[in-house]
Amino acid sequence: MLEVADVSYRIRGRDILRGVTVCVPRGRFVGIVGPNGAGKTTLLRIMAGVARPSSGHVRVAGRPLQELKDRERARLIGYMSQNPSIGFGFSVEDVVAMGRYAHRRPWAPLSPADREAVERAMAATDVAHLRGRLVTDLSGGERQRVFLARTLAQEPQVLLLDEPTSDLDVRFQLEILTLIRRLQAERGLTVVMAIHDLTWAARFCDDILALDGGQVVAFGPAESTLTEDLIARVFGVASRVVREAGMPVRVDFIGSAAPRAGA
Amino acid sequence: MTLRIVKPAAVLAILAAALAGAVVVATAMGTVPLPYGETARIVFSRLLGVPADVSPAAEAIVWNVRLPRVVAAGLVGLALGVGGAAMQALFKNPLASPDLIGVSTGGALGAVAAIFLGWTLISPWLMPLTAFAGALAVAALVYALSTRAGRTDVATLLLAGVACSSLGGAVISLLYHFVDDGVLRQIVYWLMGNLGGKRWEHVAAMAPFVGAGAVGLCLLAAELNALMGGEDDAKALGVPVERTKRLVLALVSLATGAAVSVAGIIGFVGLMVPHILRLIIGPDHRWLLPASGLAGAAFLIVADLIARTAFSPVELRTGIVTALFGAPFFLYLLLKRRELVRWN
Repeated sequence: MLEVADVSYRIRGRDILRGVTVCVPRGRFVGIVGPNGAGKTTLLRIMAGVARPSSGHVRVAGRPLQELKDRERARLIGYMSQNPSIGFGFSVEDVVAMGRYAHRRPWAPLSPADREAVERAMAATDVAHLRGRLVTDLSGGERQRVFLARTLAQEPQVLLLDEPTSDLDVRFQLEILTLIRRLQAERGLTVVMAIHDLTWAARFCDDILALDGGQVVAFGPAESTLTEDLIARVFGVASRVVREAGMPVRVDFIGSAAPRAGA
Repeated sequence: MTLRIVKPAAVLAILAAALAGAVVVATAMGTVPLPYGETARIVFSRLLGVPADVSPAAEAIVWNVRLPRVVAAGLVGLALGVGGAAMQALFKNPLASPDLIGVSTGGALGAVAAIFLGWTLISPWLMPLTAFAGALAVAALVYALSTRAGRTDVATLLLAGVACSSLGGAVISLLYHFVDDGVLRQIVYWLMGNLGGKRWEHVAAMAPFVGAGAVGLCLLAAELNALMGGEDDAKALGVPVERTKRLVLALVSLATGAAVSVAGIIGFVGLMVPHILRLIIGPDHRWLLPASGLAGAAFLIVADLIARTAFSPVELRTGIVTALFGAPFFLYLLLKRRELVRWN
């Protein structure tokens, strides 16, 4: 569904990504993990077509990303940036309706299909009751759900999420990840999500993509990839991966730091 | 933040009615006051082509003297109102109005260049076009200087605007030395923001450019809305971000340049009007852009009315009146509403 082939990204003489190759099959839920500055956000921006790679290619549904028009791309790929915001008080419903931009002819009013998609997205993220409120007046968790609703209203086949749980308390983190997982299963979405919390990565993701220093360190099914060894190598932290029936469900960090790879 | 006490469509209707009222009142008032009813009859009979029972003298005053000036004021206000609202969205900053960031001065330089080169004698369309070119050059330069990765640095924005204004002003002053006194007087008087003596030919030279710019910007409302959330998010929603930005700069320059070529630099309309309207109608550009246009038109008509009647028979320059209202408002924005000056 999403192929990233030998992608590098260089800005102001610094390599942010180096030769990243990843192939995400349709319907998989991939978690990108890695320390700060590993290139998680940049990789997502390149997958989303928001940033152009310095070299290498991205293909979505078999088509080169750069050949797609902005609208075509936005109907295939939904991208939610980290801490999305909007400057001045738009209503919740207005913001979610912006997700229909790529489906409408310029300047056409919302069609019944647009209205339905907006309602479905607001119902799925449980923000319908907030529709008339201004996004600037909402709590962090509510706002995060509104922007997720906007991305869902695009009705994309690929969902790219950059730390969708940052700034949320633990209940909202659990709620929003459960929601994404359920939508992914129901609609057969392909999801790629950058996530700091390794326990959430273990609980919710099919596959783990570990990045460090702009390079792929490991990519594979969570049960075989998310190991104590990998966490020591990538984060330089000693840990214990708690498993149930072979599947990782929790990551405990042990006080002492393990030596970091290459250090 | 938003008042949201009235529906946007109702605000537009009220503004349209206010604009029609301003046209009639401004046309009726003057050294020879005319009854409002007769004025309205003259205006509508001429517009609709129906003969009306009115005195020929009154008709001459209304149709040949006052109305062209009022319509010119309305078009200039429309251009500055819509242009200001669009610039504020593009820069994501309420201080980004065409006059503050030097776009108006760029337009003025273009217009003065046309006068200096004698092109105004070739065709009345050349001056709005050279004004457009000057405005666009400054708009593009200031944008390139102050905006990195979709984020506008306010200090750089204002400083780049001040620098471009000074440079444009210096070049204009330089050109003063090479024209004779009659032309000089004409340029200076026009440049400082003045609607006196505007005739239908001025209206005709400006109207297509202002109209195209304003309509074009209103058609980009959905794109401007999406851009309020940042360029990455807008692009992810499917907005062709680079093309939209270039179009907005071009359309604002088109409308502002044409307004400047007719009325000189009239400050603060593009700053004040969209800001107040945003508080009333909210940030949705589908409503905000037309509302700012209507309100800008009505405001400048009233400002011009004050300019020519407050100290009658002495006429003030219209720019003095807008600056008297606008400059304190600008200071108020800077000092009291810092959170509004720093969106995002």
